[in-house]
Amino acid sequence: MMADKKAGLKSQEYFINMGPQHPSTHGVLRLLLSLDGEIVKKVEPHLGYIHRSIEKMCEFDSYGQIVHLTDRMDYLASHINNEAVCLAVENALEIEVNERIKTIRTIIAELQRLSSHQLWWGVMGMDLGAITTFLYGFRDREMITDIFEETCGARLTMNYNMPGGLMFDIHPDFQKKVKAFLKHFKKKLPEYDQLLSDNVIFRERTVGVGKLSKEDAISYGVTGPTGRASGFSNDVRKQEAYSAYNKVNFKEILYTEGDCFARYKARIDEMWESMHIIEQLIDNIPEGLYREKMRKVIKLPKGEYYQRVETPRGELGVYIISEGGMSPYRLKFRSPGFSNLSALDHMARGSKIADLVAIMSTIDLVIPDIDR
Amino acid sequence: MKAIIHYFKTIFAALKTLVKGMAITGHYFIHPKEIITQQYPENRDTLKMFERFRGEVVLLHNENNEHRCTGCSACEIACPNGTIEIITKRVETPEGRKVKQIDRFVYHLSMCTMCNLCILACPTDAIVMSNDFEHAVFDRSQLTKILNKPGSKLMEGVRH
Repeated sequence: MMADKKAGLKSQEYFINMGPQHPSTHGVLRLLLSLDGEIVKKVEPHLGYIHRSIEKMCEFDSYGQIVHLTDRMDYLASHINNEAVCLAVENALEIEVNERIKTIRTIIAELQRLSSHQLWWGVMGMDLGAITTFLYGFRDREMITDIFEETCGARLTMNYNMPGGLMFDIHPDFQKKVKAFLKHFKKKLPEYDQLLSDNVIFRERTVGVGKLSKEDAISYGVTGPTGRASGFSNDVRKQEAYSAYNKVNFKEILYTEGDCFARYKARIDEMWESMHIIEQLIDNIPEGLYREKMRKVIKLPKGEYYQRVETPRGELGVYIISEGGMSPYRLKFRSPGFSNLSALDHMARGSKIADLVAIMSTIDLVIPDIDR
Repeated sequence: MKAIIHYFKTIFAALKTLVKGMAITGHYFIHPKEIITQQYPENRDTLKMFERFRGEVVLLHNENNEHRCTGCSACEIACPNGTIEIITKRVETPEGRKVKQIDRFVYHLSMCTMCNLCILACPTDAIVMSNDFEHAVFDRSQLTKILNKPGSKLMEGVRH
């Protein structure tokens, strides 16, 4: 600075576009950065590059058809998105699905959470310069996608839930494969720690970076592991247990540091908890129908319905306003990614550009979820 | 002085964690059996998809070139994207009755999201999802398919 003054030079803020085609924005997110040298002064996310007007499309679709659109929102948690819409419709119709459906939904939702966190872990390593983790994350995720493919018929956009139940019964090999996966992954998850969590470079880049206090997390509406790493207890599975979550024991992972490393640890610990939940349910799937008897044409009574679920990224809300017709009058998704992104500016102010990448990957953004 | 000690400590810690990480890489290097990568185009002949895998919609035909589609349009209504178009025609039977038959079962693969709702809606089980996933073509128009084979007719006794 002194040297600059002597030479009569001035520094000034300047703007730079990060994205929409940037590998570490995980999609088509455009961030307008206001920089002072390498220090981030302001981050302005610009959305709309993958807007498909899913909410508007829902207004013309029947309730059965809406479900498959939610696959395309948060594609790493498609089963949980489907479940949210199905639960909202079932609540509105005052249908209680049987225990078998609830248990299968919970198991697959937890498998989905695991696969999402595995992908996140791989991508997080890659963002910080370790391509190896990406391959390890995908190796274990492959086993889960195979289970999905066998039971649900697709790997990513599964559309397995329907209002009133499931599309198919579970495959005869389902339980065997899930148990084999759990056995495999229990050995592999410590490898994740060994590869990345203890690495000095990784720690230097995450510990103390991108702090978010509990108060800020609450005021920005940051949910999911991102919020829980700041000490904000917000697990919908605990607070408003849906499906079979009231029957299982699991811990809500809470950290108080609120930095990138806490968010990282929160997700790693959640993987252990997810495995714990699956273990409790996999051996006692009750008998019953896989789909309740439903009317062919679903018409919701006039009113407003809301359902919250916990996706790997946070709280997903489905808000249906029905006028009594075949399709909703208005359908609103409260997506976790959108609210979590809103806190990015607050977290990244004053840090370096390289830290911004670390912060973004610990928020675990999925752009189609933000834009819908 | 403290800073220098810290500096060297970090270097040693970094080396230690590097070795720790490399141990895993080394483990997989000498245990190639744990690698799960499939050599896809080479294993095409032996590749078997899961039976429920949803590749594309096909209209089933038996050996006499007969299908089970009555042209009721249930799949067309169930489809969220307008992927299926059923074009029917009136045909006179030998007894002199006029009956509805499908003329063309048009399937726009480019619009299909493989949601399986049409298969569930079909009252006569005429359509199924096939396991074929190699959909790449050179021209977009090739993705619009007519599923009923030329000269095919409704199977005897199928009514909805």
